Amino acid sequence: MKNKLWKPIALLSPAVSAVFLLLVIPVGFIVVYSFWLRAPSGADIPAFQFGNFAKFFADFFYPSILLRTIRVSFETVALCLVMGYIPAYFFYRSKTRFKAILLLLIMLPFWISFIIRTMSWINILGDTGLINHFLVKLGILSSPIGMLYNEGSVLMGLIQYLLPFMILNIYVSLDGIDKSLLEAARSMGCTEWQAFKEVTLPLSLPGVSAGSLLVFVLTAGTYLPPMILGGPGNEMIANLIFKRVIGTLDWPFGSAISVVLLSLLLIIVWTYNRYLGINQIFKSLQ
Amino acid sequence: MIKVSGWSLIRLYTILVYVFMFAPIAVVVVLSFNPEQFGCFPMKGVSLRWFFKLAHNEPILIAFKNSLILGSLTAIFSTTIGILAALAFVRYDFPGKNTLNTLLLAPIMIPEVILGVALLLFIRWLQQPKTFILLVIGHVVLTLPYVLLIVQARLVGIKRVYEEAAQSLGANPFQTFKEVTLPLLTPAILAGMLFSFTISFDDITATLFWATAQNQTVPVKIFGMLRNSISPEINALGTVMIILTIGTPLLAGYLSRKFTRGD
Repeated sequence: MKNKLWKPIALLSPAVSAVFLLLVIPVGFIVVYSFWLRAPSGADIPAFQFGNFAKFFADFFYPSILLRTIRVSFETVALCLVMGYIPAYFFYRSKTRFKAILLLLIMLPFWISFIIRTMSWINILGDTGLINHFLVKLGILSSPIGMLYNEGSVLMGLIQYLLPFMILNIYVSLDGIDKSLLEAARSMGCTEWQAFKEVTLPLSLPGVSAGSLLVFVLTAGTYLPPMILGGPGNEMIANLIFKRVIGTLDWPFGSAISVVLLSLLLIIVWTYNRYLGINQIFKSLQ
Repeated sequence: MIKVSGWSLIRLYTILVYVFMFAPIAVVVVLSFNPEQFGCFPMKGVSLRWFFKLAHNEPILIAFKNSLILGSLTAIFSTTIGILAALAFVRYDFPGKNTLNTLLLAPIMIPEVILGVALLLFIRWLQQPKTFILLVIGHVVLTLPYVLLIVQARLVGIKRVYEEAAQSLGANPFQTFKEVTLPLLTPAILAGMLFSFTISFDDITATLFWATAQNQTVPVKIFGMLRNSISPEINALGTVMIILTIGTPLLAGYLSRKFTRGD
């Protein structure tokens, strides 16, 4: 056994050392830096103190951004569930020969630039955008209404970005259901709705929960949609990190906020893994 | 009767979701042909004006060149590393296999903002400047988990018996690799390269941390242009990017089919 081990070690070493050197150690640096001090001159001073975290929780300003991040993440998960379950169910039950194409189409946005898809909501929701143009033209509105730079427009961008993840996760789960179970339920006198409620829905829950976790985690760390489609009141925690690190070069405080975000995600993922198991997530991504 | 109307509601709902998903993409393409100065509705004709303007926009052409070089380098490194790791996972059993697999897939779950800050902090501590190399190594870390997932899924089908058969027929290890393993690996390699190229080419959030004024990519350039307002030129640039990132896999698929038929 021992002399056979060198092969997998050799094959894995480039990937493992890359991730270790460029991800694990750098993230460790964030944790270390979050305890450091920032001199008035802007220099970083090595220290071990909790001042950066105390500053974060000192007044309501920063925690409110954290709470907003959590709220928007839950909203995005809920909306993706509402918008994603039915199409996933459609793919599962549909017998159309276009099914493969329809599934490919749902994955198409993965190939299209995130920033293009996000900024295009300005074309749609803006004062001279698609919706206002038609509403004014049809006489429903006398003048354009502001639909941009609020939480609604941020959610539009987020859903457009994350919905495919949710649909694919649910579809993979539905597709794994043995269809004879449904036939059995039907033959025992269940109505279509009862069969769905008693058989299909419970068996699709692993996909629902995996999709929800993925969407939550990706939303909580999102930077672009609040930046482009949100107003000053829609900032999320990633925007705050960017502003502190790139804007004011306050590395220790920026690191502390990053640690707060990482802790939030770790708590969510840990809780999920404890009760549901994490491996389902990677299934749909293949 | 109820069943039929229920199903047609599901179908209608699905169509509406597709409209929602594709409206922003369609609108970008449509508006990029708008001849007006302000890229909005109503359209007052169709023109290629903004595409011509793009073709003469020096900073954008430079950004395009940067993005292409970055994407290609990322694809080469990420796929090489990813294929090797995937071979280890698919072909060998060793202690700690699952833990290592999770570690290598972890970057998917870590927000790009964190990856961006982390690598930048590390570079700063090493007192290195932000260079193009930082973008390349950053993008390799970003794309590696996706390459690993894609490639692993494709490698599972390649059984070791093929190689054993070649060797029992007298092929040496090099011949076995060249004549058996490599041809079997090629689809996985191409898929990995395509995927990592596209992710690198489109990446914005982490790249905003790592890029400097000298080595901007196309998405970073678009981000900067959006500060003024949305314009037909951005829409035109968006159309070019959409054609490029969708066209490349389509072309690759077409070519690979053509080549296998020619065999």
